[in-house]
Amino acid sequence: MGEAGVERVIANMEGAAALPRRNGELVFESPWESRAFGIAVALYQEGVVDDWEEFRRRLIEEIGHWEGQQGADQASWSYYERWLAALERLLVERGLLSAEEIEARARECRREDAHGH
Amino acid sequence: MSERGTGSGQPAPRRYPLPEEEIAARVRALESLLIEKGLLSSDAIDRVVSAYERDIGPLLGARVVARAWVDPEFRQRLLADATAACRELGIGGLQGEHMVCVENTPTVHNVVVCTLCSCYPWPVLGLPPNWYKSPAYRARIVIEPRRVLREDFGLDIPDSVEIRVWDSSAETRYFVLPERPPGTEGWTEEELASLVTREALIGVARVTVPEAARR
Repeated sequence: MGEAGVERVIANMEGAAALPRRNGELVFESPWESRAFGIAVALYQEGVVDDWEEFRRRLIEEIGHWEGQQGADQASWSYYERWLAALERLLVERGLLSAEEIEARARECRREDAHGH
Repeated sequence: MSERGTGSGQPAPRRYPLPEEEIAARVRALESLLIEKGLLSSDAIDRVVSAYERDIGPLLGARVVARAWVDPEFRQRLLADATAACRELGIGGLQGEHMVCVENTPTVHNVVVCTLCSCYPWPVLGLPPNWYKSPAYRARIVIEPRRVLREDFGLDIPDSVEIRVWDSSAETRYFVLPERPPGTEGWTEEELASLVTREALIGVARVTVPEAARR
């Protein structure tokens, strides 16, 4: 990535803050989408993953899987679900997390949900 | 199946391949594991999310366009090397490394897509809207751009105007320099920037002057 990181972009935003937003659409439809987005970008920004292409390549593959499956239609399409699939693969394939611990923790989170947390 | 509603309507209800609660739990699982292992902090994720939700958006692209409208030399630099020209305004970063700005004229209308996934110049446009990422837009805009612009976006491009469709990729991310609307002579750069929408920067809308702002 070039020398201009997200923080630098924000630092340069002061003067523009007064401009009206022309963006009626919510960037994220639900909180998990924004967290999934944030995790992937933060991995890169924090240098945990050094090449953004590693994520992007998997995202393309995951979108391709969806498009290639039988009966793929608009109703089952979720961009961020594909994003999450790519993120999980990146983490497992880079050895940062194991598939087993992801499954186990996801089950715990589901149980917490069931108890109303 | 409907492919409409990309312009202004409500998003279509959809079901996820997994139940949404399941997906949300998986995301929380990843976040908590990464934090536990010291690979990420909650703050780092929060910073990214808030930056893209609040600060990085099409208003940056609007600033670039407004500058190009008032400064012909900047416009030349922008069309020659958009990444460098944006950097002059302090705009750059992830997914903005190789940006190309394509200029609309009375005889050429440009529109941008990423047929492969959803490559998009984040630094000038923020995150892509849902319709940009939809398989329907990505497939159809290449095959029948005039019809998609008319039917999905209400934008009529006369047959006399050539439509060029630009396919973004990791190598090159495109955005459109729209035509400056008539009746804006003497407007300040900031006033001009307020007219420029994300849709105009993608090429699915023109820049227009709202009735209330006409002088």
